[in-house]
Amino acid sequence: MNTSIMSSTVNQSTATLLGTRARMALAAVIAILVLVIPIFNLVVPADSVFHLSDYAVSLLGKIMCYAICALAMDLIWGYTGILSLGHGLFFALGGYAMGMYLMRQIGREGVYKSDLPDFMVFLDWKEVPWHWLGSQSFVVQMFLVVAVPGVLAFVFGYFAFRSRIKGVYFSIITQALTYASMLLFFRNETGFGGNNGFTDFKRLLGIPTATSSMRVTLCVLTGLILVVFYVMSKAIIASKYGRVLQAIRDAESRVLFTGYNTLWYKLSIWTLSAMMCGVAGALYVPQVGIINPGEMSPAASIEIAIWTAVGGRATLIGPIVGAFFVNGAKSWFTVTFPEYWLYFLGAMFIAVTLFLPQGIVGLVRKLSAKYANPTKRGAP
Amino acid sequence: MLRHLLNSVLVAAVSAASFVSGSAIALTSDTAKRIAVGENDDRIKALSDALTNPDEALARLIDALLDDSAKVAGDAVLLVNNGKAIHAATGAATTLPATAEDVVNNNRMRNELEGAKAALGLFSESLTKRNNAIVQLKDSADEGKLPLIDRALAKETDAGLKAKLEQLRAAMLVASSDKQKRLDAVAALASSSQPSVRSLLQERLNAGGETDPDVRAALSTAVKAIEGRLVWGERLGVIFSGLSLGSILFLVALGLAITYGLMGVINMAHGELMMIGAYATYLVQNAFRQHLPNAFDFYIIAAIPMSFFAAALVGAALERTVIRWLYGRPLETLLATWGISLVLIQTMRTFFGAQNVPVENPSWLSGGVQVMSNLILPYNRIAILFFSFFVLATVWLLISKTRLGLFVRGVTQNRSMAACMGVNTAKIDTYAFALGAGIAGLAGCALSQVGNVGPDLGQGYIVDSFMVVVLGGVGQLAGTVYAGLGLGVLNKLLEGWTGAVLAKIIVLAFIVIFIQRRPQGIFALKGRSAEA
Repeated sequence: MNTSIMSSTVNQSTATLLGTRARMALAAVIAILVLVIPIFNLVVPADSVFHLSDYAVSLLGKIMCYAICALAMDLIWGYTGILSLGHGLFFALGGYAMGMYLMRQIGREGVYKSDLPDFMVFLDWKEVPWHWLGSQSFVVQMFLVVAVPGVLAFVFGYFAFRSRIKGVYFSIITQALTYASMLLFFRNETGFGGNNGFTDFKRLLGIPTATSSMRVTLCVLTGLILVVFYVMSKAIIASKYGRVLQAIRDAESRVLFTGYNTLWYKLSIWTLSAMMCGVAGALYVPQVGIINPGEMSPAASIEIAIWTAVGGRATLIGPIVGAFFVNGAKSWFTVTFPEYWLYFLGAMFIAVTLFLPQGIVGLVRKLSAKYANPTKRGAP
Repeated sequence: MLRHLLNSVLVAAVSAASFVSGSAIALTSDTAKRIAVGENDDRIKALSDALTNPDEALARLIDALLDDSAKVAGDAVLLVNNGKAIHAATGAATTLPATAEDVVNNNRMRNELEGAKAALGLFSESLTKRNNAIVQLKDSADEGKLPLIDRALAKETDAGLKAKLEQLRAAMLVASSDKQKRLDAVAALASSSQPSVRSLLQERLNAGGETDPDVRAALSTAVKAIEGRLVWGERLGVIFSGLSLGSILFLVALGLAITYGLMGVINMAHGELMMIGAYATYLVQNAFRQHLPNAFDFYIIAAIPMSFFAAALVGAALERTVIRWLYGRPLETLLATWGISLVLIQTMRTFFGAQNVPVENPSWLSGGVQVMSNLILPYNRIAILFFSFFVLATVWLLISKTRLGLFVRGVTQNRSMAACMGVNTAKIDTYAFALGAGIAGLAGCALSQVGNVGPDLGQGYIVDSFMVVVLGGVGQLAGTVYAGLGLGVLNKLLEGWTGAVLAKIIVLAFIVIFIQRRPQGIFALKGRSAEA
């Protein structure tokens, strides 16, 4: 990994986790989430300029889910130097676990008026298959949201890291993993709704999902979880464990020779990252109202990497900025110039890797350093 | 108009001739009416009665009924063509009364008519028409057409068709009400080696088919005998389609083996370079169709170099502008080339539309060679098999015997040392990358002959082709070949057993596990460059 990334992160670990300014910023973000969004959406009348539309709320919620993924990707890629092209799989697995619960919450209101989800009636199944046994219970499914991605990542990671698969090999194998899973989930017999996946959700915990208040609640919840994950990542990176991760990124052999067993460091952060993606998927599904195997396509996973890269790897705020920037651009482009979106996305992939290896955050830092120190030309 | 008139005169003359010379009871007005109107059961009975004594008038009537140009006026059945009406039985011209009503045929009646038409084909002068008739009758074999088959059998002179007719006769008799006839028919059919006969006999064995234990026993021995003969054709078929898939895979992976294996560049746009090759083939095809329609069959010969150079040019441009700056940073290369692939896909959508474009096989590549009754090897797949080995041989010669190849190998092994010896490494990088891209273009040209050509062509192959390279081991070509062919055959073998999707998943799982055991692939590089 190149040395400029290294230098940008070393001086971050101060004695306290967050400085005064950071604490104030964090408090402001939480205040916006808890107060401003609900008030502007629910209280301010719809014809006012300050009204936040339902569309904006659900878009915000969706992008914050993506930001969690990007943060998880940053932990494993930006800080540990392992590029995963399979994080979309963990995201989708979390989403499917949530979706199973939501499907059962539909009850008898489906098209076929059956206790079973519609697609099972369609396949002429008489009872739920074994992997749906816990789907009536919210607690069980919420456990699965983190457990399924976690266990899969642990098992896969254990074998991959144990045989010292790294670099591009690891990336390609994770891509094959998510591709194979996509094919598996496309099959009707797998029991996850095949092509169509899950949709037409009616309620969550007995409360209808298609209301403004539910939408705002989910959006605020997503935001708060994003904040929690951010602070958690900050703590991880500042800890000794986090320093070892960065050392693995920069020179794994040296870390090995110093006596660390890098397997467990890599495996634990890899599993944690997968679980974070699972949570993001679970928050995403009720807000978007659909989950299908398309989320597991290699393209979806590689996009997570580009959010992280655009925002700035190896900074924690970077992936969040990147997720907002890329997805904001996406929703603007797909409405205004749908045919140019792929050009823009492609150009971003190329431009970021060629000209902005540290992403937007790196650019801002460079510019502000230049501004603060006009005599010194260019970045240090 | 004149031609039409001539035609109808001719038909009238022929029918008159057969009237005089041929059958004892030709189609009468009464029979024609019974075929055209009434209850379906009666009509079908009348039709099969008439079939025992076919003549031209009957054929004409059936044709007219099938294309809805028959009308009924009072007692007469009239055939209308271009506003002119003739009597169905005699062929005499008449005026079309205003009261004439259309004859309505439902699906059942239509099927019967189709069957009857096919049966009439058995007496055609042309050998191919008779053959087609036999093939068509196979689908609607029932005892009612038996006398017809017997007559055709008596008249048939061609030995091959005679055998086919015998089989058709047996197929009709399998469902006969007479036990002895059934047994004879099963015995006759047991010598066949047609998959259709096997399924016919198998069907009789199913519930609702044969009930007599003796016949059942004969049936199951016959099915076993046929299966024994078919099994080799099936096995060879699986192996051939495996080899065919494998040859495509290794052709696709060959370019990657150069860009990734030799240069260490993860080219996610490889699939899109294939797509460019396929579109180049499409353009060459269109140019030939427009300007050289006579030489259309040979457009593919011109398309091969065109697709190579189109993709190689794009590849060289990419290397100069983007990839050059990313050597030694494989993860960044991966993202940048992914971006390139998105741009290329969208460019193709802008220029050619999001739909697939049609690429036709030249006539000498369509069809196939029939090796066994149930094994047909399509010419286009055979051609691709040879083509990929030809490309492989060329690339191998290029890398191991030419000066350029020497330089490429030198730069791969030790870049700075090669530079010290006076090799222009930047130029070699461009050439090598363009070569890899050009081979991708060739793969695209080959793929255009077996699959759809569209902007998403490359996306489906990228994971597979990387798997081939990774499995084969990085840095040499032999591994790519073995891995490509091996994966193709393995995939097809599993497909017969588990279905296409599961087979693919199993293969991917197999590769992932294999890489755990041997991270370097089948053929690990040994020596100094191995640890680089």
